[in-house]
Amino acid sequence: MTPEIALTNGGRLPLAAIPVLPFPEFASGVIDLIRHSATPIAYFADQPAPEAPPELFAVLTAATPGTFTVLRSRLAPGFTSLTTRAPQLHLFEREIAEQYGIAASDHPWLKPVRFHSVWHGTTDAWGRDPGRHPQPGVMDFFRVEGAEIHEVGVGPVHAGIIEPGHFRFQCFGEKVLHLEISLGYQHRGIERLLLGGPWPQTPSQIETMAGDTTVGHMTAYSLVLEGLTGTVAPPRAQALRAVALELERLANHVGDIGALAGDVGFLPTASYCGRLRGDYLNMTAAICGSRFGRGLVRPGGVLFDLEPARQARLLQTLADIVPNTRGALSLFFEAPSVLGRLEGVGKVLTDDALGLGLVGVAARACGLDCDTRRAFPVAPYTTENVPAITEASGDVFARARVRQREIEHALAFVRQALENLPAGPIATPLTALPADTLALGLVEGWRGRLAHIALTDAQGRFRRYKVIDPSFFNWSGLAMALRDEQISDFPLCNKSFNLSYCGFDL
Amino acid sequence: MLRILYERFQQGYRTSPFPKQEPTLPDRFRGLPRLHPERCAAGCRECAQGCPFGAIREQHGALALDLGRCLFCADCHACPHGALEFSTDYRLAVRRREELTITADRGPVLAAPLDAPLKELFGRSFKLRQVSAGGCNACEADVNVLGTLVFDLGRFGIQFVASPRHADGILVTGPVTENMREALLATYAAVPEPKVVIATGACAINGGPFSNAPEVHNGVGALLPVDLFIPGCPPHPYTILDGLLRLLGRREVAD
Ligand code: SF4
Repeated sequence: MTPEIALTNGGRLPLAAIPVLPFPEFASGVIDLIRHSATPIAYFADQPAPEAPPELFAVLTAATPGTFTVLRSRLAPGFTSLTTRAPQLHLFEREIAEQYGIAASDHPWLKPVRFHSVWHGTTDAWGRDPGRHPQPGVMDFFRVEGAEIHEVGVGPVHAGIIEPGHFRFQCFGEKVLHLEISLGYQHRGIERLLLGGPWPQTPSQIETMAGDTTVGHMTAYSLVLEGLTGTVAPPRAQALRAVALELERLANHVGDIGALAGDVGFLPTASYCGRLRGDYLNMTAAICGSRFGRGLVRPGGVLFDLEPARQARLLQTLADIVPNTRGALSLFFEAPSVLGRLEGVGKVLTDDALGLGLVGVAARACGLDCDTRRAFPVAPYTTENVPAITEASGDVFARARVRQREIEHALAFVRQALENLPAGPIATPLTALPADTLALGLVEGWRGRLAHIALTDAQGRFRRYKVIDPSFFNWSGLAMALRDEQISDFPLCNKSFNLSYCGFDL
Repeated sequence: MLRILYERFQQGYRTSPFPKQEPTLPDRFRGLPRLHPERCAAGCRECAQGCPFGAIREQHGALALDLGRCLFCADCHACPHGALEFSTDYRLAVRRREELTITADRGPVLAAPLDAPLKELFGRSFKLRQVSAGGCNACEADVNVLGTLVFDLGRFGIQFVASPRHADGILVTGPVTENMREALLATYAAVPEPKVVIATGACAINGGPFSNAPEVHNGVGALLPVDLFIPGCPPHPYTILDGLLRLLGRREVAD
C-alpha cells in the first residue's frame, strides 16, 4: 500500500514530502485507489526544468473524507497506459502525449486532444512534423463499417452563436451508433502561458478560461494561491464569493432551462428564462460592474464590497425575480408535452458515468452524489448547507430536473447569504509564493467540479499549473448519451449538457 | 392554456425602450475610460508599464489609451495616481482601428454608418453569421442575449443566421486561434459579396487577455478587413447593439 499523502481543498504540500515512486508502484497505487472508489481529480506531467526528466503526478480523493492523495513518478517513454483499467484517465493520457510527446503504451485510443505542438522537445507522439502547427480535427476517427452505415460530420462552425467543435456521427438511418467529438479549436495555450507565472496577465486569463465560469475559475485560482501562501480569505469575502458563485449558477441554469425549452419548442419558458438569465447576470454586475463577475474575486478576497444600500437593492431584485423564475420553470416542468420530449432521451448509465469520471450536473443526474461544495467544503459551504441533489434516470429530463432543484437551492442560499453577510474586511494581503510546493483548489462551478493545481519551482514561480474544467470529463458523457439515439435529438442532448469548448480547449 | 396565459401576464412586458431611451447601466459598470493628465506627476509614465496589455502609451507627448487593448479591469494597475477612471458610458464602437485610441480631449470616433450602397442594402435587413474563434464564450453570450426579448434584435431587422451563404457579414469573437484560422477564413469566403466584418470584444480586436500568445493571431484584423470594432471584455450588450445600429445608420451620430 502506498503511504498516504494527505491534502485538503485549498491546502498545500511541500513537493519534497511527495515520494517519487517507481512507475509500477505508482500505477498500481492509482489503480488500487480507483478500485476502492477514489475519484481521480487530475493526472498530468510536469517538467521541472528543460534538462530535468519529466515527472508524473496523480491527484485522487483519499479514504479520509475531505482529503486527497498525491502520487508522483517519473515519466519515461513507454510508460503503461492505465486507461483500460481506469477509463477516467483516457483523456489525461492523451493530454500527456500531446504536451510532452511521450505516449502511454497500449492506450486504446490515443489521439490528440487540442491539436498543438509539443511543449518540450521535438518528438511528436503521432509522428507529425514538429516544426508545423498540427491541423485541428486531423486524427483517426472511430468508424463503423457496413453497407448502410453513413457518417455525419458537423462543425467546427455550427449553426447559431456557439463555440466551435467537430462532431462525427456514425449512423444507421436516423440512429446514432457512435459519436466522436474532436475539439481544440478554441485552444489558446493557457496552461503553457501560465508556466513561470503568475504573470500580470494571469488573472485575466484565468477569468477567461471559460468566460461563463469566471467566478468559479477565479475562485479556484484564489484557493490555490491562498493555499500556497497559507492565507485564508476573510469570512465576508468568502460569503461574497459564494453569492457570486451561486449567481453564476443561477444565470446559467436558468439560461439552460430556457435553451432546452427553446429546443423542444416550448416558447413561453424559452422567452422568460432568456430574460431572467440576464437579470441574474445583472445582479452580478450590480456587485462588481461586470455581468460575468470579471474583477470580483481575487486571491486573498474580493475587490468589491456591498454597502447596506446595495445589499438591500440586491435582496429586493432577488425577491422580484424569484416568483418569475419559479413561474417560468414550473410552467415547463408541468407541461406533459415537454416531459414527453425530455424523458428517456439521452440516457447515460450510472456505471458509464462513474467509469468516465463524469462530474457536476451530468453526474448527479445519474444518481451520483458528487458535489465539491459538500465533499470538500470551503466556507461558507458546509456538508449541511448544500443538499445532495441527485436524479436517477440519467436522461435529459434528469439533467434538467437537477438544474431546477439547484436553482431552488441557490435562490435560498443567495438570499440567506446576503441577509447574513459577516462583517469585516474583504481581503487579506498575500505573502510571496513559497518555493517547491503543491497546492490544490476545487470549486463546484455550475457545470461541475473545477480543479486547479499549482506546483512552484525554487523561485516560487509556477513550474506547472494544471486546470481541469468539468467539460474535460463530461464531453465523453455527451458522446455516450447519443448512443442509439436519433441524430435529430443531438441538439437537445447537447443542450442538456451545455459543455464548454474553451474550458476544455484552454 | 389558462396557466400559460396567467404566467404570461405575471412575467410582464420586458422589452427595453432602447434606443428611444438611454439604458441605465449599473453604477459600477466600467465603460469609456476618462483620462485626467492634470493628475499626472511631472515626468511620470508609470502607466505605460502598469498595464499588462499595453493599452496605455504616450502619443505626441500626451497620454493615450487604446480601447482595443483595454480589458476594463476592475483592478486596473495602470495609474496609481487616479489619472485613469472608468465612466459608465457604454458607447464605444468605431469603424477604424486607430479611432479606438483616446486621449484626455478626444474620445473614440463613434462609428459612422456604412457608405451609401451598403447602407441601402443592409440598413433594413442585416443578417450576420457569428464566428467564435477562441472566444471565452462571454462575448458570444452577450451577443446571444441580443436575441432575447429584452433587446429583441429582430425589431431592428438584424438577425443571426445559420449559414454564411445567407449572411451579409460575419461577427467575430475571440483572438482567432491558429486552430480556428482556416474555419474563419472559409466562413468569410462563403459569405456573398458585398460583406462586412465586425470584431466584437478585446480578443477579436487585438487578442484581448491572450494578445501575443503563440497560439493566437491577435484578432481578426490580422486576417480580414474589419468594418466595425466593438471594444470590451466582453462588451456590454448595449455596446454591441449601439455599434450595430450605428453601422446601419440607425442612431444619430451625436447620440
Ligand atoms: S474579449 Fe474578453 S469576453 Fe470576449 S471572448 Fe475575449 S476574453 Fe472573452
